[in-house]
Amino acid sequence: MSNPATISTNVAVDAVKDDLQLSTERGPRPKPFFTTNRIILYSILVVACLYYLFPLYVMIVTSFKTMPEIRFGNIFAPPVEFTGEAWAKAWASACTGLTCQGLSPGFWNSVKILIPSVIVSTSVAAVNGYALVNWRFKGSEIFFSILIFGSFIPYQVMIYPLVIITRELNIFGSIWAVILVHMVFGMPILTLLFRNYFASLPVELFKAARVDGAGFWRIFFEIMLPMSLPIIVVALILQVTGIWNDFLFGVVFAGTQNYPMTVQLNNIVNSAQGSPEYNVNMAATILTGLVPLVIYFISGRLFVRGIAAGAVKG
Amino acid sequence: MTQAPPSDTARRKSGFARAIEHMFTRNIPAKIAATPMVTTVLVVFIGCTIWTIWYSFTGSRLLPSNEFVGLAQYERLFSTSRWNVSVRNLLFYGAFSLVFTLSIGFLLAVLMDQKIRFESAFRTIMLYPFALSFIVTGLVWQWIMNPTLGLQGTLRNMGWESFTFDWIARGDMVLYALLIAGLWQGTGFVMVLMLAGLRSIDDEIWKAARVDGIPAWRTYLFIVLPMMRGVFVTAVVLVGAGIVRLYDLVVALTNGGPGISSEVPAKYVYDYMFTAGNIGQGLAASTMMLVSVIIIIVPWAYLEFGGRGKNQ
Repeated sequence: MSNPATISTNVAVDAVKDDLQLSTERGPRPKPFFTTNRIILYSILVVACLYYLFPLYVMIVTSFKTMPEIRFGNIFAPPVEFTGEAWAKAWASACTGLTCQGLSPGFWNSVKILIPSVIVSTSVAAVNGYALVNWRFKGSEIFFSILIFGSFIPYQVMIYPLVIITRELNIFGSIWAVILVHMVFGMPILTLLFRNYFASLPVELFKAARVDGAGFWRIFFEIMLPMSLPIIVVALILQVTGIWNDFLFGVVFAGTQNYPMTVQLNNIVNSAQGSPEYNVNMAATILTGLVPLVIYFISGRLFVRGIAAGAVKG
Repeated sequence: MTQAPPSDTARRKSGFARAIEHMFTRNIPAKIAATPMVTTVLVVFIGCTIWTIWYSFTGSRLLPSNEFVGLAQYERLFSTSRWNVSVRNLLFYGAFSLVFTLSIGFLLAVLMDQKIRFESAFRTIMLYPFALSFIVTGLVWQWIMNPTLGLQGTLRNMGWESFTFDWIARGDMVLYALLIAGLWQGTGFVMVLMLAGLRSIDDEIWKAARVDGIPAWRTYLFIVLPMMRGVFVTAVVLVGAGIVRLYDLVVALTNGGPGISSEVPAKYVYDYMFTAGNIGQGLAASTMMLVSVIIIIVPWAYLEFGGRGKNQ
């Protein structure tokens, strides 16, 4: 760590080693900060970030403006007359073409769908993963393979038969149909997550419990579950954002009374009559995005780990 | 393979009887626990798919019917201009989306891999759109691309009279508008995947390349990139599966318009099944979506699992 000015073209082996040690671990930077390359590098990254941040900025700014100010035609400008009226209207009285109750019914519908869906899908998947790792039975791996491949089938292929099934079960048009569908389509990725996690635990734990006479459920609840907190958190993050953001299942299965927030939002913005109120639209859009955003910012690295675990191993 | 070894009595029985006995008596709690999974696989993933394929050969309209019409639904499908436009749009969008998502994702990952400061801040900013709903993404960009009051209007008001950004209202450009919104949401995710891939490359490779005096960009392009084949394949499969499903974004951003110029197959399926009351058409279209996914998945599965199986 003694030679901060080492340049990468240096071929002296010791120097290279030094440089690489610096590069593999956290520590003092090996190079001066302001080189031409660095400036170009940071410029590109900052420009990229502007592209990513721009819509968020526009949303926030627009939502606090008044309509006359918006009609003036400058989406960059911060609000002159700072007002929260659009937010209040978006929440409580914006019209969807059918009713004028704003987003709030959609929000509560989403909550009502979200909580049981997340609990049911996560617990089913946890049990699946556990059974697949520790209690394999004939065909269990085949079922798992089909499950994983099934997750690539477009939802549109299975959606109509599912409408018929939920109608036969007498739950079509209620939140229970949506919950069932979320459980079914969340199962592949969550089962995969739990299966990989349980497979990474030392098998001796399981064997010792077996020798001591513990059965399927006892081992699950007393040994496996207490150890699986990290993966449960990852699964929760994945499911909460995924289910909150769902549009298709909500619009097909929930029925008009139970439309989740995303559907309600789309109806407010795209099928409202009269002249569009962009400030209300943007306030409603932020409100809908708020739940996943909060989860994203709180969970930080775990969110990344969740999607990476789901993706890389899938 | 953690099951207890079969007891002596069981071993003495004939193989067949034992197999039958095991099928029902052994591992019962596990089988009960796996019921939801087995049901899902059998009823939804297999049952519903077969149902859809079968009924796509019937003349179902408002309700499913058993009247067999052969390939008539498919003939009608491919003579419907809206479907053909949808397919063409998806191919166009898909090709561009795949190329740009992967290349921008990889490029950003390489930039992020240069031991930069504020890495987690950069990552947080690039990834947050991925946490949002497609509906949110679509509506924000719809507002930004609003020709009179959005970006175009703003810059014109500021004095740049010739500035044009009305893609959302033009049939020939609307797919690019869709692409901008799609890339905004999806590139951060691919960047994170690629960054994980870059970080998993053995440091020895970098040492060797450096000892040989190979410039960093060449190392990335000719050594690291080929080594990241697995990550790329995963990204292609995930992005590809997402493209085939493309629906919410279109509904929110353009709702298929102007005219039918941004229609996509998933929307065709939904509209025919649930609003036009022509189930047979919707099922035929969804079967075609299934076929397209199989075309993507099967070669990948063969490369990933088939090859490995033979080597072992």
